[in-house]
Amino acid sequence: MKNKPGLRKGNFFESIAKGERIVTETHAEINNEDITLDVKEFNLFYGAKQALFDINIKIPKGKVTSLIGPSGCGKSTLLRSVNRINDLLSIVRIEGNMYLNDDPIYDPAVDVIELRKRMGMVFQKPNPFPMTIFENVVYPLRIDGERNKNVLAEVCEKSLRGAALWEEVKDRLNDSALAISGGQQQRLCIARAIAAEPEVLLMDEPCSALDPIATNKIEDLIDAMRGEYTILMVTHNMQQAARTSDYTAFMYLGRLIEYGPTGTIFQAPHCQETSDYVTGRFG
Amino acid sequence: MKTDAAVQKSTESKKKNSFKRSSRQRAKASLFAQGEPMIWLTGGGLVVSLMMIAGLMTLIVINGINTLWPKPVDLFVTYDNKPYMGEITRVEHFNPAKSELHQHQEKVNSDAVAYFEKHNGIAKRMLVRTGNFDLSGEHYNWVNEYDVREHTTPEQACVVERTSWGRFYGFPSAFLYNGEVIAQDDNQIWETFNKHHKEVRKRWRTQRKLETHEIGKINFYEEKERLKLREKELKFGIESEQWNTQNDHFKSFHARSQSAYEDIRTEINSLKEENDKYKIRFTTADNKEKIIPLADIVRMYPANSLTFFDRMNIYLSRWHEFLFDEPREANSEGGVFPAIFGTVVMTVIMSLAVVPFGVMAALYLREYAKGGLVVSTIRISINNLAGVPSIVFGVFGLGFFCYMVGASIDDIFFAARLPNPTFGKGGILWASMTLALMTLPVVIVATEEALSAVPNSMREGSYACGAGKWQTIWRIVLPRAMPGIMTGMILAMARGAGEVAPLMLVGAVKLAPELPVDGMFPFVHLERSFMHLGFHIYDLGFQSQNSEAAKPMVFTTTLLLITIVFILNMLAVKLRRKLRKKFVSAKF
Ligand SMILES: Nc1ncnc2c1ncn2[C@@H]1O[C@H](COP(=O)(O)OP(=O)(O)O)[C@@H](O)[C@H]1O
Ligand SMILES: [Mg+2]
Repeated sequence: MKNKPGLRKGNFFESIAKGERIVTETHAEINNEDITLDVKEFNLFYGAKQALFDINIKIPKGKVTSLIGPSGCGKSTLLRSVNRINDLLSIVRIEGNMYLNDDPIYDPAVDVIELRKRMGMVFQKPNPFPMTIFENVVYPLRIDGERNKNVLAEVCEKSLRGAALWEEVKDRLNDSALAISGGQQQRLCIARAIAAEPEVLLMDEPCSALDPIATNKIEDLIDAMRGEYTILMVTHNMQQAARTSDYTAFMYLGRLIEYGPTGTIFQAPHCQETSDYVTGRFG
Repeated sequence: MKTDAAVQKSTESKKKNSFKRSSRQRAKASLFAQGEPMIWLTGGGLVVSLMMIAGLMTLIVINGINTLWPKPVDLFVTYDNKPYMGEITRVEHFNPAKSELHQHQEKVNSDAVAYFEKHNGIAKRMLVRTGNFDLSGEHYNWVNEYDVREHTTPEQACVVERTSWGRFYGFPSAFLYNGEVIAQDDNQIWETFNKHHKEVRKRWRTQRKLETHEIGKINFYEEKERLKLREKELKFGIESEQWNTQNDHFKSFHARSQSAYEDIRTEINSLKEENDKYKIRFTTADNKEKIIPLADIVRMYPANSLTFFDRMNIYLSRWHEFLFDEPREANSEGGVFPAIFGTVVMTVIMSLAVVPFGVMAALYLREYAKGGLVVSTIRISINNLAGVPSIVFGVFGLGFFCYMVGASIDDIFFAARLPNPTFGKGGILWASMTLALMTLPVVIVATEEALSAVPNSMREGSYACGAGKWQTIWRIVLPRAMPGIMTGMILAMARGAGEVAPLMLVGAVKLAPELPVDGMFPFVHLERSFMHLGFHIYDLGFQSQNSEAAKPMVFTTTLLLITIVFILNMLAVKLRRKLRKKFVSAKF
């Protein structure tokens, strides 16, 4: 296929093969947004293997941003770097920094636990804890030592409503969380993630383990959360990115290639590679 | 994709250009390739192990259940006019020597010769429990069938289980009250017996209780006061002010307990006096007379004129005695309650000790330790510990717990009682600790496995919520691993409850009159020696003087031990199922 007019001909793939530094094509619209999370010159290594290269990305407040890219390109790695879950692996080494509302994330002085309390995370596979539905939702409060029953009940209801699960489970809050369906479990995990009112909500392919109906529900939920929560979501599914997100970032081989409003990324990307990927020519 | 396509292509081309088959044919699937022999082999393995288990269990269950069933009483009179009356416990066939046969030919009986001819030289002999040890000096006698001139089962023959001297077999001839005969014919004797036996035994039990519990209590508290005095002596010296006050206190206490003691003694004596009035006179098969006080008779029944329900009654009452009474007659009769109690208490204390330690060790190894040479060395060592013979743990427990830890505790807290050891000897606490140490590897290994089976996604989920490491372990990892930990506990319990060898060194004894838990302050006495079913089995089977009488009890006791282990395990399994339902089962 011929290049569309206006496409930037960077030929990233060749540069990557040569080991050259990639400068992300960041669209100008980002500059008009309030920024919640700011990633600056971020590199990450698994042992000797580098997984992320010079990542620069600003995640706007109150918007849904999705990370797309072929499998193994480092989307999860980037997401898990934000709340430093990757730190649990001893082989991980990083360079550069990130800032959550201007507070550095990677800094010797940072208390990782305090930092994680400011974020929520939803994993690829639903991972409800082995306890009741109620206890699952209020877990973040429990570990903070909250004992007031009224506060807990209030937060539980609010979070479950926020995760569009309240109506389905309100009569069995004391049942085991392991007894509900997979889709419900994932929404429960979302409720848990928003219980402590996080500044940013990280989602790693939240629908990939679910059936289409459950997926629809989660997508509707994400849609409804727009504006209230800052969401950074990894997805493998381009239709999903197109449907749910305001901004989309395209990653490839550990590099961030292009980042801009979702509409533009899918209809008129600036880069040839992005165009090839979103039209399904590789990946 | 490519290779698939290529394969397809080549098969197509083959189809096209040949009906000829290639000369290279594939081998027919051999019997081994099909795996048919393997099914038989593995199935055979299963059958063999099942048969071994079933055989053992059948042996134990049948013997264990049979032992307490009342048998009939047989009377054998031999050619030399010796009567043997009692219960047949065992029957054997044997091949008597020719010389013995000749002896018999020379002797009176020609029937013996006919007997041998009839049975091809193989003779039968019976082990008869003749009892009456106080008269004959024997509990059992072998009776050769060819020696028997007359075999009867007399209606009036009577089995007497008594508190001492073992069983008695005889014919009741009179019921005595205050030395006078008040009943003489058989029915009257039984009537009077049934009328008085219960109350007499009740008085006897009260008397026993007074002798052991009440007097024991007085001694216990007086000993305590004496120790207090001794403490003052050690601390302040004799004749010091504190000592004098304590001494005065002790004297008044002593006076009071002395009078209490006298009161109890009088009561005991009056009970004894009343009981001594009732006696039964018996005639044995060899026409000797024997008078037995009614209070000494635990149970008496006319073995040959019992209905099925009578037998059932005796059987159940024996089981009741077995389960809830103390042993008598060097453990070969009576109950095993102290041993049941000791076994259960020891197993529970052991589990309470081993699980927290094992879990903590496993948590460190799995969650905190960085791995590497040291950790793998530790792991290998722990696994090797499981292979150390249990007696070695017994020796270690004796040396470490009793002689080091226990002796130090004695020095610090029980100095007044020295040189008598309190904790510085075998006791239920040290036995439990020794077994806890022995079963530690089981718990550690099972817990480690359970911990590693907790999905990492759960840990990550917890960390992502801002939980710290310990919070994650405590709230997520441990509950989720709990069923696996319970499995470890069940294995440890099964191993610990059945263990005997180390216990012999660290506190299990043949007879422990005092239970480790009782009504005397501080109620739980972990320093005490205790009885244990496993040790009881060993004692019955190999240490008993009256080993023939004790042997059947081995099976009954084994059956009981297995049942107890089974019950404890079932409780744990039930708990585990509950936990698993709560923490693990994930249904989508
Ligand atoms: N724990 C790990 N150890 C080593 N390499 C890893 C680890 N996790 C991911 N990687 C590597 O990092 C790269 C990015 O992985 P990931 O972030 O999971 O990709 P994505 O989520 O985009 O599919 C992959 O090449 C993968 O092999
Ligand atoms: Mg991923």
